[in-house]
Amino acid sequence: MLALLVAQNIAFYIIAALMVFGAIRVVTTKNVMHAALWLVLVLSGAAAQYILLAAEFVAITQVLVYLGAIIVLFLFGIMLTRAKTGNDDDLDNKKAAKFIGAGIGVLLLGLMSYSLVDGFKDTEFGNLMVQRTTEVSDSIFSTYLLPFEVLSVLLLAALIGAIVIARRD
Amino acid sequence: MTLLLASFAPPYWLSTLIKVLVVSAVVPTTALILGMVFLFKIMSWMQSRLGPQEAGPRGTLQLLADGVKFLQKEDIAPNGADRWVFKVAPLVVLMSTLLLYVALPASMHLVVANLDVGVFFVLAISSLSVIGVLMAGWASASKYSLMGALRAAGQLIAYELPMVLAVIGVVIQAGTMSLNGIVLAQNNGAIFGWGGIGFPYILTQFLGFFIFIAAVQAELTQPPFDMPVAESEIVSGYQVEYTGFRFLIFFLAEFATAFAFAAIAAVMFLGGWAVPWLPTSSDWYYVLGPIVLFAKVMIVAFIIFWVRFTYPRFREDQLQSLAWKVLIPLALVNIVVTAVLKVVL
Repeated sequence: MLALLVAQNIAFYIIAALMVFGAIRVVTTKNVMHAALWLVLVLSGAAAQYILLAAEFVAITQVLVYLGAIIVLFLFGIMLTRAKTGNDDDLDNKKAAKFIGAGIGVLLLGLMSYSLVDGFKDTEFGNLMVQRTTEVSDSIFSTYLLPFEVLSVLLLAALIGAIVIARRD
Repeated sequence: MTLLLASFAPPYWLSTLIKVLVVSAVVPTTALILGMVFLFKIMSWMQSRLGPQEAGPRGTLQLLADGVKFLQKEDIAPNGADRWVFKVAPLVVLMSTLLLYVALPASMHLVVANLDVGVFFVLAISSLSVIGVLMAGWASASKYSLMGALRAAGQLIAYELPMVLAVIGVVIQAGTMSLNGIVLAQNNGAIFGWGGIGFPYILTQFLGFFIFIAAVQAELTQPPFDMPVAESEIVSGYQVEYTGFRFLIFFLAEFATAFAFAAIAAVMFLGGWAVPWLPTSSDWYYVLGPIVLFAKVMIVAFIIFWVRFTYPRFREDQLQSLAWKVLIPLALVNIVVTAVLKVVL
């Protein structure tokens, strides 16, 4: 059991390092297409972390929704509008905007780490239970049925709104 | 021998190594088999010509010779291409294909990872290849490639939906998303108490099978859905700048994915690795399972390639309206009917 936890920790740190590196490259690269491709690394890293946490349903949903749909939409949009190979010099923000962005980043980091440390204190997670997909779907369709339905109505409204805005006639 | 296989329980590292080696050997082999049997032999037979005759007995080794030829060629990236993305793109497509094979069961235990949500995993992973296609089309710095990649992305997104929806009918009927569970449900089932042929879901989910095969055809960008690689207008689309082994990887990935999708269709609609006359718990499936699955895959692949060699290309607007106005509504109706019958019966 201990060996498994050690292996899990090592894998977590390797994936986390890759994700941080990818995230930094997303904002520092001068090429908007490369930024989208570095984002692929970050999002697939998140999926890998979910698998490490034995949450296979969330991990596969991450792949299907973020990698299979949202990233493809990003790439599609970039290629339709500014499909330029090579660097783009006006991709950087002004200095003031950079500092504000960095400030917000630090603030978020502080908030998240405070809430995590405060929330879990020094609880140890010995036995990670595998989260069966049947349990996930059972709770979605019983305990969380109302939020689930509200969310789908919200998405439907967004869809109809997009069509209304996009239609010219 | 079957008992020997059943009692074989290697340590974790060894079983992982064996699985990696088996998948990386199976993927090119399946691509070769489909290419040789269908692209060369069946296609020439349907078009009343001989096909390749020189390499090997009756030309059966032609594709192997072609593969070796591709490996010898120089690895060229066009001037002005984004070299790094250009070189990685085929590997992204191949990775998506390799991951597809992870969930495919060749018998109860002959499976790389017996996932609880196999169906869901397969559908999620198959959508990754679009990223590789878009990378290839953009990084080539050629307008034909860009056009091809845009068409491919539009088509793959449009046909992903009917594919997912077509599968839901099977999942409802089987009551599980595990591919092995679906196989068991079909072979241990009975039609109104008669268990002579089990209960292959193609009988009740024929509509789902039809939609799934049409969507697979589009996902593979094969005729009649080959607008993204239309050679007569955009000279093979996103593949146009690729030569040598990088082109070979695209080719390999296309045919290996065709095999994987045919296997998924065989598992979900035709009863997978089992035959109804032998109980699914039998140890014989260690040997029989892959053979039975292969036979069923060849039947499904024949349908896919038969359509490929028969029909002319759709126009882009016909292609989109087929997906959005015909296949998706049909799939939704299929889901509703299946769900109602599942509750009523």
